[in-house]
Amino acid sequence: MSLIDNPPQPINKAEGRLSRPSVVARARQDNFARRSFFTFTLLPVLLILIVTIALLVRSWPILQAYPLSDLLFGDVWRPSDGQFGFWPFILGTFWVTTVGVVFAVPACLLTSIYLAEYAHARLRSIAKPVLDLLAAIPPVVYGVWGLVAIVPFVDKVLAPLSDRWLGSVPIFSVNQPTGFGILAAGIVIAVMIAPLIISVMYEIFSTVPNDLRHASLAVGATQWQTIRNIVLPQVAPGILAAIVLGASRALGETIAVLMVVGNIPQVPTSIFDSAYPLPALIANNYGEMMSIPLYDAALLSAALVLLVVILIFNILSILVIQRMRSRKWA
Amino acid sequence: MGLMKKKWERRHLVEAFMKIIMQVSLFIVTGALGLILWIVIVRGLPSLSWDMVTKIPEGGYYMGKGGGILNAILGSLYLASGGTFLAMVFSVPIALYLKTYLGDSKWGHYVRLSLDVLWGIPSIVYGAFGFTLMIALGIRASLLAGIIILALIELPIMTRAMDEIIRRMPVDLEHAALALGSTKFEVAMRVVTRQMLPGITTAILLGFGRGIGDAASVLFTAGYTDRIPTSLMRPTASLPLAVFFQLGSPYPEVQQRGYAAALILTIIVLAVSLGSRWLSARLNKYTIK
Repeated sequence: MSLIDNPPQPINKAEGRLSRPSVVARARQDNFARRSFFTFTLLPVLLILIVTIALLVRSWPILQAYPLSDLLFGDVWRPSDGQFGFWPFILGTFWVTTVGVVFAVPACLLTSIYLAEYAHARLRSIAKPVLDLLAAIPPVVYGVWGLVAIVPFVDKVLAPLSDRWLGSVPIFSVNQPTGFGILAAGIVIAVMIAPLIISVMYEIFSTVPNDLRHASLAVGATQWQTIRNIVLPQVAPGILAAIVLGASRALGETIAVLMVVGNIPQVPTSIFDSAYPLPALIANNYGEMMSIPLYDAALLSAALVLLVVILIFNILSILVIQRMRSRKWA
Repeated sequence: MGLMKKKWERRHLVEAFMKIIMQVSLFIVTGALGLILWIVIVRGLPSLSWDMVTKIPEGGYYMGKGGGILNAILGSLYLASGGTFLAMVFSVPIALYLKTYLGDSKWGHYVRLSLDVLWGIPSIVYGAFGFTLMIALGIRASLLAGIIILALIELPIMTRAMDEIIRRMPVDLEHAALALGSTKFEVAMRVVTRQMLPGITTAILLGFGRGIGDAASVLFTAGYTDRIPTSLMRPTASLPLAVFFQLGSPYPEVQQRGYAAALILTIIVLAVSLGSRWLSARLNKYTIK
């Protein structure tokens, strides 16, 4: 039998299974999908703008009523008298973040170097899930931990020690012996931001090609010498970016900090002092903010200040990290 | 010449010393997890009871009388599932579009950058934003408002999780489909979605875990109530806030229940986190690498 006797039957549309939508229809479908998917991708880009603008619009009344410098650097917070000075809160945020970062960075750097350069695959495969779990624990549980373990630890152990040995140094003097304060919040924050910092640093270390390490080891350097003289200089910007990224997380942390920091609006002078960071201010007063004139605008402008600082920190660090990632090694 | 004897120099001591302090740091960081879990279990377990998880607060609950936190458990599950569902509706198309249409193009770069930036915005700012949104739309603190804000918080996490996983899909697969004449949309729907399945599961559980633990945003948007929400427009309780409010109570019995609530929350979050690890390992078997 040849094809000439049995010409191929044209595919019948009614039979369905063999029929396909025409090329034109498929192209049209593709075009439609492209457009509608594209609109979805506008969402994340626009969302950043929308959040910023919404907060700006809502805090506009207070930005009109007072000069920005009075708001940022004023140190009296008495909303019922129309006095809105953010300075104590800004300093509180700054201190808690700084203490947290100071605690977190050495431990994170050493841990990530160890995981990236020394650890066996087995140890890595244990450490990674542990860090993931640490990252998954909700902030409020960190707060519980801080309240139950860290605050008493600061009160009973660190404060007496510091009082005995460092009492004459102003930033270590114990003025308010309750345990609640910057140090306790800093320790909690340090543990909270550690998983993020470690994972970013680890990734940055793994971008360095092994040839560089081998070359250094081949001429007799120890592993630590290789890391210090060859690897670290290559990744220094990335390490810095990881720290800034961690700091930006610390800046915005609310509930966990709120639970251990003491919440007293004052200009702190020692790490044992209570403080009142911006996020805690916003969270603690949302209930009454509609009852006093300009109070809501003041709190939302606090959120705006926080957002702007965090956006700057975030964008800078993410750009550096992306650069490190896509770096071409000649 | 005899065998070269290793001469102990200062640098070898430094090497040994650095190695030890690195091991100590690793131990401290991972030990923190153990410490947190231990504290939560020791404090929470004694007052964890069947009543806690099956009853809503009864009269005088906040002075130490009977009842439980079923309102908060259910409220949190509603909030987190709603938020995760809504976030998924948006994140799946974005992830597909990033992979199939954008790739490493400039717009793709901007979208990824803005997702990463969104990821870094703290939940208190989302909460404040939610508050402005609620004023603008004239809605009160409600389940719906909470779900919307949680969806915004989860969106970048879920999209990036999917994106990272489908980025690893072999290009050959895509090329093969294109060479057979498929449109990009067909590649997206028939090839990429299948490869993406483990990514979607991971993303869902990751987003859910983040959503259920979030307190600061829910504080503004979902409120708190002793009742189980019956409609989207009603306020709802949530577990993180149940922990937070009960710990602030002067009554020791109520504080004890706060610890128990923290334990319940921790168990849910750890189960979700471990579950996602297990599931994605299983599902990964069915993808082409």
